[in-house]
Amino acid sequence: MKSDCILAVDRLSMRFGGIVAVNDLSFAAERRKITALIGPNGAGKTTVFNCITGFYKPSSGTMRLTHDTGREIQLERLNDFRISKQAKVARTFQNIRLFPGMTALENLMVAQHNALMRASGLTFLGLIGAPSWRAAEKRAIELATLWLDRIGLRDRADDAAGNLPYGDQRRLEIARAMCTEPALLCLDEPAAGLNARESASLSELLLSIRAGQGPSILLIEHDMSVVMEISDHVVVMDYGVKIAEGSPQDVRDDPKVIAAYLGADEEEAIALMESGT
Amino acid sequence: MDYFAQQLINGIVLGSIYGLIAIGYTMVYGIVGMINFAHGDIFMIGGFIALISFLILVSIGLTVVPVILLIVLLVSMAVTALYGWTVERIAYRPLRHSFRLAPMLSAIGMSFVLSNYSQVAQGARVKPIPPIITGGYTLYEQQGFVVRLSNVQIVVVITTVVLLAIFTWLVSKTRLGRDMRACEQDQTMAALLGVDVDRTISMTFVIGAALAAVAGMMYLLYYGLVDFYMGFVAGIKAFTAAVLGGIGSLPGAMLGGLAIGLIETLWSAYFSVEYKDVAAFSILIVVLIFMPTGLLGRPEVEKV
Amino acid sequence: MTAPAPEKTAVSHAHGIAFILKKALISALVALVLFSLMIGIRTEAGPTGQLIYWTRFPELASMVAAVFGGSIIVELLRQWWGPVGTIKVVPPQVTSALAVARRGIAPVLLIFTFLVPVIFYDQRYILDLGILVLTYVMLGWGLNVVVGLAGLLDLGYVAFYAVGAYSYGLLAKNFGVSFWFGLPLAGILAAFWGVLLGFPVLRLRGDYLAIVTLAFGEIIRLVIINWQSLTGGPNGLDGIPRPTLFGIPLTPGDDGLAAKLGIEFSTTHRIVFLFYLILALALLTNWVTIRLRRLPIGRAWEALREDEVACRALGINITTTKLTAFATGAMFGGFAGAFFATRQGFISPESFTFQESALVLAIVVLGGMGSQLGVALAALTMIGGFELFRGLEQYRMLVFGLAMVLLMIWRPRGLIGHRAPTVFLRHSQAISSDLVKEGHG
Repeated sequence: MKSDCILAVDRLSMRFGGIVAVNDLSFAAERRKITALIGPNGAGKTTVFNCITGFYKPSSGTMRLTHDTGREIQLERLNDFRISKQAKVARTFQNIRLFPGMTALENLMVAQHNALMRASGLTFLGLIGAPSWRAAEKRAIELATLWLDRIGLRDRADDAAGNLPYGDQRRLEIARAMCTEPALLCLDEPAAGLNARESASLSELLLSIRAGQGPSILLIEHDMSVVMEISDHVVVMDYGVKIAEGSPQDVRDDPKVIAAYLGADEEEAIALMESGT
Repeated sequence: MDYFAQQLINGIVLGSIYGLIAIGYTMVYGIVGMINFAHGDIFMIGGFIALISFLILVSIGLTVVPVILLIVLLVSMAVTALYGWTVERIAYRPLRHSFRLAPMLSAIGMSFVLSNYSQVAQGARVKPIPPIITGGYTLYEQQGFVVRLSNVQIVVVITTVVLLAIFTWLVSKTRLGRDMRACEQDQTMAALLGVDVDRTISMTFVIGAALAAVAGMMYLLYYGLVDFYMGFVAGIKAFTAAVLGGIGSLPGAMLGGLAIGLIETLWSAYFSVEYKDVAAFSILIVVLIFMPTGLLGRPEVEKV
Repeated sequence: MTAPAPEKTAVSHAHGIAFILKKALISALVALVLFSLMIGIRTEAGPTGQLIYWTRFPELASMVAAVFGGSIIVELLRQWWGPVGTIKVVPPQVTSALAVARRGIAPVLLIFTFLVPVIFYDQRYILDLGILVLTYVMLGWGLNVVVGLAGLLDLGYVAFYAVGAYSYGLLAKNFGVSFWFGLPLAGILAAFWGVLLGFPVLRLRGDYLAIVTLAFGEIIRLVIINWQSLTGGPNGLDGIPRPTLFGIPLTPGDDGLAAKLGIEFSTTHRIVFLFYLILALALLTNWVTIRLRRLPIGRAWEALREDEVACRALGINITTTKLTAFATGAMFGGFAGAFFATRQGFISPESFTFQESALVLAIVVLGGMGSQLGVALAALTMIGGFELFRGLEQYRMLVFGLAMVLLMIWRPRGLIGHRAPTVFLRHSQAISSDLVKEGHG
């Protein structure tokens, strides 16, 4: 039976020496929905991401990914590139990690590496210029162009990624992640550094990704307007533990969440709320 | 057993020399994050300066050995320190904010400059000198095999220990040492707090070069010769020592030096002399693969 | 991005004669101390084995004076031109003219190279030089895959050159393997060693990667020197068979190529044959590299150089990417080594020192890492430059070292300041090398 949740994180913990960055965290991300992971700085959100996407090996806990086909993958057992290649989990980074010396188009072509490697017959068919390879390359360029259109960068396809304005770079990174045709898209603060117009454009892009038969989205974000606008489900962390979970409205009104962000304690937060802010 | 004891003594002496050179590598890597490829050749220059100083002093009629040694020590330290300072000023400081590769290639270039400079200046042939310090003590004698501790060996070890003590005091107790440690941690912040970063870095190179000069002089006393190529091999071995001990750690550098000296001596004695350099280089590879932080170093976590 | 022209402010006017003289004086004093013992005194092992010395005060004085004068000149230039980096030594008009001409340089150079044996048929010296240059061009293109494309700093490339040379030499001498079989075998063996080197260094970065590859290169050289029964040790390997044109030897006899073609035999034939042989090998290296760049493997190499973490996040197997880079670069090195062995007929460990690795690396860096044309031009410049030092060999490496230092200060990204993208929608726009990462290994 295909479950409704694509990612089930169960009792995830991450320790670095004496520091517990993530403590016994459990939550679920629903299929084809947008789940947001929020919390004050230092709450451990990026650490969770790094565990999910294979950059850290969790100290304990499990993360079960379930594909549309019903296939289940235990993410804590995979690491490194296999998370992207086999589990089909893609991610973007807090500090944009594009390939700055390559063009926007090239960035999107690199994303299709695995498919293209197969099509090139581990390079050999490619070397001799076999027709099957040429067709595959053409398809790859088409997919890349499709995404460039979707993010409005078709005119700048041949510009170096490092030369693009910041907002375009953010969207390009998302497009690059999408070119790996993932089942789960993890975005680490995609709206960081964007102005209001760019944030709105980003929200539009993410909503359109959700509307298509595309991946489920898990994102870390500080920009509350984006979170409120697009998330279906929100998980709140503080000091490595989950302190609240629910719909955006539920979470917004939760005194524990307010307290965590304000640095106040819960009673003060309730008092603040009741005084009508 | 006595053969082993002799090798042990020899190994410690050789290791002291490597340790002195290794300190220079580890200090520079700690403060500017680069491998000073030219450091081994600074050691070689130190040896040459010592050689020439000896020659002059002896030829002007000086015969009191301790006085000669002291003068040669001071002269070679001073002059070689100036070489170290000059190399840093010319080849590294302009590149401090350049690409990652640039200081390394510049250092390689400087290494070629130094080794060929001494070849051009002094000729390519090996330069021998008669033993300056002679005599020693027989520690143990059995069945015709003698375990001997020579005076040269004693001088080398004692010099090393004394210099190490001075140097440790310098790093932990003086203002300069504090500045060096601050620059190691965070150069920008140190600068904002009033530390003269340029001068501190220069002094790091100067001190490293001075210690390498002592190593060069010790090498000359111990082996009785210098040649323009000795910097290259000794440099790699000393760097291996620095890595083995944990790059950035001063006691580690000395520890690593002793280890490499012992390994090399024991290997030559029990296995094969020809492949002793291969042994040292292989250790470097093995250490960097399996124990990159070395014996006394600190592990680094990757930040994504 | 251009920096604004340095303005002549009141402060710079204060850097007058006094300042320049003071700086020059300090430089001269430093030079005096540095050179006093090393240049002022000359030691040598005397006839009885005793160390003797003599003074060279005139040389010392002239060196110090040269430093004094040089310091003045450098200071004047610095004030006139501004700090390094903002100097536009070449005016913009020339650079844009060059950019247009650049498209034509490669084909013109190629045609010229093909015609060199025709033009200089009688000049053995030029042909030999041409063979030497082409060998280094090929080595540069081979190392370019590892350092320029994948960003893996390899200081021990000479190891693969040596493996190729000795494998071919031993196979040809002991088993009578012909060049055309020996060549691919040498390449495969070298590639194997490339993978062997690659495995241990997978997790190493930057400086550490560099020094381990250096150690590896040295180990290979030391093993060659000491394994006398196999390699002949320091005496080298001689009697390596000369190449044949698919079995037809280039000898004066009746079975020689000259006899078969009905022309008069000349030793130049072999040189010309060797020239076209290395040219073919180099062009093969070039062609394969260009094609690989456009294939996923090549793009993965460049992506690895740009950002390894992002590559992992995109599902790229970093291990195989690095290993294939090492193996491919090593293979080309091996081919070059096999050619070297057959050209010389004799090889010895002296040809495979760290200096060679450094030279090839300098060629790759000077050329602008990743640029095929740049590497070729850099090889021509370097080897041509070396030839100018014929008769002054002792100064050659000294100048080479200085050149490396100056190159890093002045133009660390090399001659060709841009990267050409491998795929484009509308038109190919060169990417400035300021944006291109150099890789951390």
